[in-house]
Amino acid sequence: MTSYLLRRSAFLLVSFVIAMMAIFVLLRLLPGDPSNALLSVTATPEQIAAAQAQVGADRPVLEQFLAWFAQLTRFDLGESFISSLPVWPEIAARLTVTVPLTLMAFALALVISLVAGVVAAIKADRWYGILISAISQLGVAVPVFWVGILMVSVFSVGLRWLPSSGFPRDDWADPADALRSLTLPVITVALVMSASLTRYVRSATLDVVGSDYLRSARAQGSGYTEALWRHGLRNGAVPVISILGIELATTFLGAVVVESVFGLPGLGSMLLKAIEQHDYPNIQGVLFVSTLVVLVIGFLADVAQRLIDPRLRVSISGNR
Amino acid sequence: MKKHIGFVALGLAASLLLAGCATGADSSSSAADATIEIGSLYEPSNLSNFGGGGQGVTEAFNGNVYEGLYQLTDDGSVEPLLAESNTVSDDGLTYTFSLQDGVTFHSGKALTSTDVKASIEAVLSDDSQSARKSSFGAITSIETPDESTVVVTLAERSISFIYNLSYIWIINADATDLETTEDGTGPYVLDEWKRGSSLALTRFDDYWGDAAANAEVVFNYFTDATALSNALLTGEVDIVTSVQSPDALSQFSDNADYVVNDGDSTTKEILVFNDRVAPFDNVDVRKAIYSAIDTTKLLNSIWGDYGTLIGSMVPPTDPWYEDLTEVNPYDPDLAKQLLASGGQPDGFEFTLDTPSYDPHPVVAEFVKSELAKVGITVNINTISADEWYTKVYKAQDFTATLQEHVNDRDVVWYGNPDFYWGYNNPDVTQWVAEAEASATTDEQTAKLKQVNEQIAQDAASVWLYLYPQIVVASSDVSGYPVNGLNSQFYAYDIALK
Repeated sequence: MTSYLLRRSAFLLVSFVIAMMAIFVLLRLLPGDPSNALLSVTATPEQIAAAQAQVGADRPVLEQFLAWFAQLTRFDLGESFISSLPVWPEIAARLTVTVPLTLMAFALALVISLVAGVVAAIKADRWYGILISAISQLGVAVPVFWVGILMVSVFSVGLRWLPSSGFPRDDWADPADALRSLTLPVITVALVMSASLTRYVRSATLDVVGSDYLRSARAQGSGYTEALWRHGLRNGAVPVISILGIELATTFLGAVVVESVFGLPGLGSMLLKAIEQHDYPNIQGVLFVSTLVVLVIGFLADVAQRLIDPRLRVSISGNR
Repeated sequence: MKKHIGFVALGLAASLLLAGCATGADSSSSAADATIEIGSLYEPSNLSNFGGGGQGVTEAFNGNVYEGLYQLTDDGSVEPLLAESNTVSDDGLTYTFSLQDGVTFHSGKALTSTDVKASIEAVLSDDSQSARKSSFGAITSIETPDESTVVVTLAERSISFIYNLSYIWIINADATDLETTEDGTGPYVLDEWKRGSSLALTRFDDYWGDAAANAEVVFNYFTDATALSNALLTGEVDIVTSVQSPDALSQFSDNADYVVNDGDSTTKEILVFNDRVAPFDNVDVRKAIYSAIDTTKLLNSIWGDYGTLIGSMVPPTDPWYEDLTEVNPYDPDLAKQLLASGGQPDGFEFTLDTPSYDPHPVVAEFVKSELAKVGITVNINTISADEWYTKVYKAQDFTATLQEHVNDRDVVWYGNPDFYWGYNNPDVTQWVAEAEASATTDEQTAKLKQVNEQIAQDAASVWLYLYPQIVVASSDVSGYPVNGLNSQFYAYDIALK
């Protein structure tokens, strides 16, 4: 297990470095001049030159890359081209919105999909089992922002139950206030995420229900619920956990999209604004954090899978 | 197992909903303690006046947090603010300003002439991105004979000097970190700027003038016009500073709970020719295009009953405005005659570089269909705002483009032959220079009217229409500015009824 952890960590590090290099290069390949976002329609030639100097666009690309990479190794993300403000504090502030949003949405999606998926599998012959399957099929095709707009028009503009957008100025000083602002976004992301998760849970449960070991357990005198609980859960969990890592990462991306619908000051709205302004340091900063999150989640999911399933530990780690 | 999960799910959903329904109902005791929630699409990039902060920082800070020696009022006139009085030497080259007594910065320091000198110099510095930097080229020296007197010497007369000073914020010369904090003299202090979300200002208790009518003003920032309208509908904001989407208006105009204010704007939608290149180096061809476009219909299709037609670059709030809409009337037959006399009897084809954001794509389609009627083919080339600066503004590599110009008193750009539109009429260049060197505002106004008439006769560009300036507010608030000239938004008179 130790050698596996070492190998897996090295893999994590290498993929991260490659991802960062790709992000840097791809951004520079895109057409566009970041200094333009600083100009007005009456900018003088001197101001144009000053803007180019401010964003460092007058320096060679290789030099820009080396400087940036050297900063990165010190966990310094530099300063925004547009605002000249350091990138880290802004990302840190915005994570206080995006992280709770992601985790709550994921937890809610998990609960919904576990219930719905198991019911849909065990009661596959009942009308509600079929209905759940049908809805989850449909849900996979629905975009997050559309559900968000629908939520706002019903619960906010229509019923006036919840705010349509924004986040408290004092952040989490009043947790109830912050939760109020996050309620609709959390439900929006959770609903969309649970659609695909439900389908995974359903098929994993169907595999378990039809499995030989479950039949054997019952033949040995175990009750249906007890057999499902003791043998089914652990076996069924393996494929679900492997997908959970990816789903958590997708939830994070869903949160990023939904932020602009609800006007939340999270990582997603920061990224959109930065892209619009060609603010490379901010784009790179957000992608740095989100890439790291996605890779670490993948890492943890792989490790968790091994802990649950001893077969993986024995066979694969021996010859890989 | 299933039951457990069900309970957890119910519990989670219930707690979210409970948290949602626990509304923090706050009842304000009196109007002076009120918090005014303002909704805007223009979040500042940073809080500096000369570091590319954009129009958002002007909107939130101009006159609210920072003050100038002079102030441009909501009706377009210039009034003294931190300058108590001023004298001008007979040759018009030396301005002596006496500062208001008893003015303190938010940090507690008293305002002195040193701060004024430093503030002007900051706008003129090499790395300044201030949009007004080029207006102050005539300054040769700034002296501070005593703590309350500033003497500015110019190399040549500059009639707009006082007006231009209204754009310079007077900032504590010792202040640092002006990109995230402030130290001004205005009626509000910056409470908190939550990036990506809001900017809160609270009343400054030691303000030298009349105290603000409300205790707190919060600018809430939106990236989406629909989300902004929703926030007004649900009462999360009281006022929207500038509605940019005509579609959103109907839900407020027929509703007694809201007031839709149709104010004066200085934003012009312009079909800009590159006057250097054929066929637009020919006046008749330019005039033909002007007469071929039914601007009344265009404005109506975009803004309904809002907005104004203009026949030139000058909006009605500029002192040298005159109605020139008949100089190039809508008349397709006249357009065809002009095309013939301009050497293009069979029409021609040109590329219109169109910025990809509203309203330009719609305007481009309209222009295309109008010009097709007189035999001109328009190829619409959609470009990003970024490409616009690179291709059109910097490289001047274009035939025609669409752009909005937001500033007031900007007709003077037609006097600069190097400007991106390449209009080069030596008379106009000379008149613009003479207007600036005028001894009196009457003289200046007369010269600029001459400029105004000439560029209209030359159809230097096609001034399609003047945007409306629409402030939508809850009927519970009063005292807000309705014109929002140059994106400023004075908040200190806003009161809850």
